[in-house]
Amino acid sequence: MNKKVVFEAKNLCINAVRDDGSELPIVKDINFQVREGEVVALIGESGSGKTTIALSSLGYCKPGLKISNGQTTLFNQDLTTMNIEELRQIRGEKVAYLAQSAIATFNPALKINEQVTESAVIHGSKTQIEANEFAKGLYHSLDLPNPEHIGERYPHQVSGGQLQRLMAAMALCGEPSLLVLDEPTTALDVTTQIEVLKAFKKVIRERGAAAIYVTHDLAVVAQIADRIVVLYSGDIQEKGSANEVISKPRHPYTKRLMQAVRPLPAAGKKTKANKTDKVIQIKGVSAGYGGDVMSKPKEVILKDINLELSRGEVLGVIGESGSGKSTLARVIAGLLPSFKGEILLDGEKLKPRLEDRPRSELRKIQFVYQMADTAINPKQTIGNILGRPLEFYLNIYGNKQKERVLELLDMVELPKEFYTRYPHELSGGQKQRINLARALAAEPEVLLCDEVTSALDSIVGANVIDLLRGLRKNLGVSFVFISHDLSTVSAFADSIAVMYKGIIAETGSVHKVLSPPSHPYTDLLISSVPELRVGWLEDADKNIQKAKTLLEKEYII
Amino acid sequence: MISDKNNEDKHFVAPYSKEVSFDELQDAPPSGKFRLSITGKLGVIVVAFWLFVAVFGQFLAPYEENDLPFPDDYSEFQKPRAGAWLGTDVDDRDILSRIMYGAGRTIGISLAGVLIAYVIGVTLGIGSSIAGSRIDQILTQFFNIMLAIPTIMFGLVVVAAVGSSIPVLIITAGAIFSPVVFRLSRALGMEIMVMDFVEAAKVRGEGYRWIIFKEIWPNAAMPLISDFGLRFIYVILFVSSLSFLGLGVQPPLADWGSMVRENLGALQYGESVIPILAPAIAIASLTVAINLIVDDVSAHAGGKLSGRL
Repeated sequence: MNKKVVFEAKNLCINAVRDDGSELPIVKDINFQVREGEVVALIGESGSGKTTIALSSLGYCKPGLKISNGQTTLFNQDLTTMNIEELRQIRGEKVAYLAQSAIATFNPALKINEQVTESAVIHGSKTQIEANEFAKGLYHSLDLPNPEHIGERYPHQVSGGQLQRLMAAMALCGEPSLLVLDEPTTALDVTTQIEVLKAFKKVIRERGAAAIYVTHDLAVVAQIADRIVVLYSGDIQEKGSANEVISKPRHPYTKRLMQAVRPLPAAGKKTKANKTDKVIQIKGVSAGYGGDVMSKPKEVILKDINLELSRGEVLGVIGESGSGKSTLARVIAGLLPSFKGEILLDGEKLKPRLEDRPRSELRKIQFVYQMADTAINPKQTIGNILGRPLEFYLNIYGNKQKERVLELLDMVELPKEFYTRYPHELSGGQKQRINLARALAAEPEVLLCDEVTSALDSIVGANVIDLLRGLRKNLGVSFVFISHDLSTVSAFADSIAVMYKGIIAETGSVHKVLSPPSHPYTDLLISSVPELRVGWLEDADKNIQKAKTLLEKEYII
Repeated sequence: MISDKNNEDKHFVAPYSKEVSFDELQDAPPSGKFRLSITGKLGVIVVAFWLFVAVFGQFLAPYEENDLPFPDDYSEFQKPRAGAWLGTDVDDRDILSRIMYGAGRTIGISLAGVLIAYVIGVTLGIGSSIAGSRIDQILTQFFNIMLAIPTIMFGLVVVAAVGSSIPVLIITAGAIFSPVVFRLSRALGMEIMVMDFVEAAKVRGEGYRWIIFKEIWPNAAMPLISDFGLRFIYVILFVSSLSFLGLGVQPPLADWGSMVRENLGALQYGESVIPILAPAIAIASLTVAINLIVDDVSAHAGGKLSGRL
């Protein structure tokens, strides 16, 4: 192993400077190297400093941060002492950055090709014509459809997954020696994620570029990294070859991260739900947006949905973005009235519109939002947020209300001191628990959970799922649990409904849905769930392609 | 230890103790409490001083506003001397006393005007962001037309039509500045209306009153308060401009704007320029001081305010 060192961080310390001038260490004495043709993964949760370290390889610190000690070198040149002009020469030419969101990176007013070739042409390493040819080569390697002409389109004319790959082309066009990828697949659907991951892997191997891959997702890392650096709170916890870290994690934190990645459960899970006592019955419901939503919407999103939810049951609804799964929750909650079909709650017909439903019915169905940051009012104390449903639905006031709120805090495993706090004083996971507690305060029969864990880090998300499982056991609430993540859903749900383009593609118990034969779309989803082992990507690819061809035949996309 | 850490080919495991639990990381440090900067504190001192003068000035003034300090020695624009610390004006009245009387009038009229603008603007603005699109359209178009009329021209027309009096000034100022407040509070209201926590309140079944006062208002209050300061300045300048043109507060009543106009002659014939400088400095110091406070408040509110205006 005597390959040339491309990038090295030596005793790197980065501090955040507070308003009053005091400093808070964010990155603490980090040492690691990236050598030629090697992919090094920085893995950790939000707040672990992984992005800050990755950005330091471009000689960049976010505003409010400063490198307080140590250095970062690119081919033995010290990046920390360079001025802006020298850094400009290096960025795009020697080191390129791929951000999380391609949609935010591309300028919507310029054609894709202009943006992909821009940096190579500006640095003078290629003429426009050479750069165009080179870009076309990249589009081929990245398996983009219609590689000869895709560059002539505007960013909004290609899909999210394609744009993500085009961003990789943008970064690679200047033929950099080091590529920095910051969570490049996190915002994508599982099936798209696989395609992008495959393309990245191929192109990195082909071009022999070194790369720093930043992510929180161990399963993704296992597919693409040669070596792994595990970070917690700005400190390296474990560092070693990908194979060794994943198959034999030694540090307790690495072990915890591994536990948070759930494999698909083995078939044969028992369900405790009482199948005869239906809480919610959805019969032939169709709904859509635009125009007159009550009779004839312009765009129909849900088509003839039939579903049932038994008392105490967890129904997992799974599908990709645009499949209509969130719309389904909005229809049940009454936020979007259906124009056809009916929804029964405890055997009684629910009015389609929220405004027409009596308070007692509203109480029984509670909605838990995905983003706790926006779902709770930043100007109300936790005590007020949780107290309101109590007085609104149950007429509980004063000391009794406070007692009950403290009970609720206890139920979601938060300390009593939070009663007087404001939401901005809480972490993401804690806010999500408040979000849950507010729904529970109403003593509902059904909780509609819309992607409640997808904005959270893996460990935090796993903790929330554990909490939900405990609550379900103790309270006997039924859940409609919506997620794009099959492994999360199957770990928690009793039955699953697979949604695809506004219809229910398949429904049944977890066991039934997960075991073959299933709908080709379910197959596609199942084979797209990353497994925590090196080499899975190659094995899975065959199944994925097979499922895709089947799906295309059936639905003629 | 160090060599081990730097050797890339060796598997590295950080030392750890069994008791350490890897708790959930805080993803954002809590933001600091609101604090005034030095310039902000200076602003508060100056504003407090003028508010004090506005309320108690007329009781503390050495003379009545139209009294002559030196009836035996009549001469316009006298230099400052014992008995008249800022000199005398065009009619040989005491400048200091007139500034103290004028403070109450200028600040009082402006404050009343900006309050009227706020009551109209905020009520209709937030109402408009909640009400259906038809009412919203009508209100928005109406206020857009209002915005298109130049402020001083509008003031001139109103005063020409109904004559100048203090109530007319207040109502005119309120009417002229309500469209800007309307637009700001409508934009704020719309921004907050689409937040998940407002939808959560709707799903809970809350009525409009709760949504407006408990969900929207607390989130809109901070930006509106800092805009209130700014708007107050504009109204002071507007009232002073009208007075300067002779259409505002009518003589012999004192008011800072009209004092500047009355004493214009001091520039040419006066023994000192204090008669014109003193009221001008009074207007400038008050508006700048309010601005200093507003800067601090809007910086705390996230600095997004300028984008909305």
